[in-house]
Amino acid sequence: MKNKMIFSEFFRNNGVVMGSLLMGLVGFWLIFLVILPQLSMLDFSFRFNLPPADVGGPKDVYTLSNYQHLLYGSDATHQTYNTVDLWVFVKTIVAAMAVTIFNIFLCYPLAYFLGQSKGSGFVRLLVVLLIIPYWINEILRAFALRIIFGDSGLLNEALMFLHLTREPIDFIRQDIALYAGLGYAYILLMLFPMYNVIESLDRNQIEAARDMGASWPRIHRRIVIPHAKPGIVSGATMVFMLSAGALAAPQILGGPSSLWFTQLVYQWFFNSLNWHQGAAYAIVLLVSTIIIVLTVMRIFKVNMGDIGK
Amino acid sequence: MGSGVAVDLENVWIRFGDFVAVREANVHINGGEFFSFLGPSGCGKTTILRAVSGFLEPSDGRVLIGGNDMAGIGPNKRPTALIFQNLALFPLMKIWENISFSMEVTGASARERRKRADELLDMIALEGQGDKLPSELSGGQKQRVAIARALCANPDVLLLDEPLSALDLKLRQHMRTELREIQQRVGITFIYITHDQGEALTMSDSVAVMKAGVIDQIDTGHNVYDNPATPFVASFVGENNVFRGKIKSISGEEAVIGTNRSGDLLARVTPTQVGKLGVGDDAMMFIRPEALELGSNSGNDKTTISANVVNEEFEGNSFSVFLEGDGGKLIKMAVPNVGQDHITGRGENLSLHYDVNNAVVMPAGELASE
Repeated sequence: MKNKMIFSEFFRNNGVVMGSLLMGLVGFWLIFLVILPQLSMLDFSFRFNLPPADVGGPKDVYTLSNYQHLLYGSDATHQTYNTVDLWVFVKTIVAAMAVTIFNIFLCYPLAYFLGQSKGSGFVRLLVVLLIIPYWINEILRAFALRIIFGDSGLLNEALMFLHLTREPIDFIRQDIALYAGLGYAYILLMLFPMYNVIESLDRNQIEAARDMGASWPRIHRRIVIPHAKPGIVSGATMVFMLSAGALAAPQILGGPSSLWFTQLVYQWFFNSLNWHQGAAYAIVLLVSTIIIVLTVMRIFKVNMGDIGK
Repeated sequence: MGSGVAVDLENVWIRFGDFVAVREANVHINGGEFFSFLGPSGCGKTTILRAVSGFLEPSDGRVLIGGNDMAGIGPNKRPTALIFQNLALFPLMKIWENISFSMEVTGASARERRKRADELLDMIALEGQGDKLPSELSGGQKQRVAIARALCANPDVLLLDEPLSALDLKLRQHMRTELREIQQRVGITFIYITHDQGEALTMSDSVAVMKAGVIDQIDTGHNVYDNPATPFVASFVGENNVFRGKIKSISGEEAVIGTNRSGDLLARVTPTQVGKLGVGDDAMMFIRPEALELGSNSGNDKTTISANVVNEEFEGNSFSVFLEGDGGKLIKMAVPNVGQDHITGRGENLSLHYDVNNAVVMPAGELASE
């Protein structure tokens, strides 16, 4: 009943033609670009990888084997676990969490500074300067970072010039470049939600707390962070989801022996041409990250609605 | 309860770049006094409050609280508590946590804090509401919570930055009385910032009237109203009819001013300007609307103004009669509503009489703009 009201009001406000157009576009976007591709992936993940002739035939039945492969590998007796892929999966999730936490700590002071300095021209310039690097393609940025982190790259040259190290540090093999690249790739998605909520914090509340004798750490703990929580969680959700699902940065910046879970998915699709197996891996990653995000939101008592603000 | 602590501003200047927000302020506020800074917005009164609370340092001069120089002492270390214009209650904390925040800072246990918060909630007649959130309270209740929160730390000086301006009229009048009562009960020094002369006059022991960074007059509310020191004070505090002209003669504390349009009028020289006016000086004379009386010409035409009625407005407790004197001079008169239907007809010519004690004259100067 309530939904009907929303629709009739929507049409009254926008007119029938414009209303239908808007509805149609949103519907198209949701159904054809979001829901159907996901459903087909879901369907793929529960089917055997059959030669084209057998597709639709009696052998084409639903199966859990693609998911079982992630757990047990090719071992049909399920005696041993697929430690290689599981390890990559766990590492991806943990590393994405680490990148997210790192970004929170990096962005919070910056967002506080930007948000509380009341939109002076200088601050607006700073924000533009932060955005400009993102006009460049993600892959190019990853390559740029690879050059910076390389054996004779800017960073190693600088460190050696300052005599902080004698040999170049292998940032690539030690995955430092990868984590830096992932952190950098999505940092604005952390910064802007935080900046928005902190900007909306009434400056008087900070002064009131200060007037009552609170130290700066306490002001942040009791006033600013509780206020900024929805923004922090919203930014963290995006950074975590996108880091866990990143492909370009791990491909370009990852060490030769390190694999990101998305690279496994990629290999199933394009190297092994086993879309069904790849779809199962992708679904596992998607569902796991959603569960983690919902759990974190529950722990920090944040609602979906708060994030949307 | 704490005894009052004096606050002194000694030769305080506050500049923001080239802009002078406060110019040479010298103020002595007695301990336990209810002191108001009254002035239009942008006159620097909030800047003074921020200098007392420690959110900004004066460019020159000293702020003393209880005789101690406050230079270099931050807002969290001063014995002051500030109530903000928008109250700045913490929306995510419960009422009792809001009230006892200053105790949380000093590390008091939750039980102690709750106990003190409940005591203060009793005092502001909000017992049992401690577990609500600020958004669940009405405007007047939030107001009282802000007062309780400020009093929780037992400050020596309470600073109030137009805290009543967001309330509706009835509640505002009620809160005036309540604030005054609280101040008398706790006995600490209150410094109150307002642009509302009614608030300043009803609550304060002393009022400082400010204009563009300058304090024009510091006195009791009664004196500010009856004996304004400058044309600005006379025109900003309450309503006044102003007559411009030149001094014709002075005898003692009375002067005759040759007004531009209303002839020669007799007035009392405002006390702070006695001896400073000379014959021929540009002067301004002020008569309150309620000081004008109908008709009863006492025979002295130097205290009589003749004017035609233009309009009459019914204000409830009084009638406002707008008249036009010679040369189009506009005059406002207030007549108490004591049961009459109306005062007079439009266009009627009236003789307005006043007591010389109720008219003050002073050197010409800037008026408060409407």
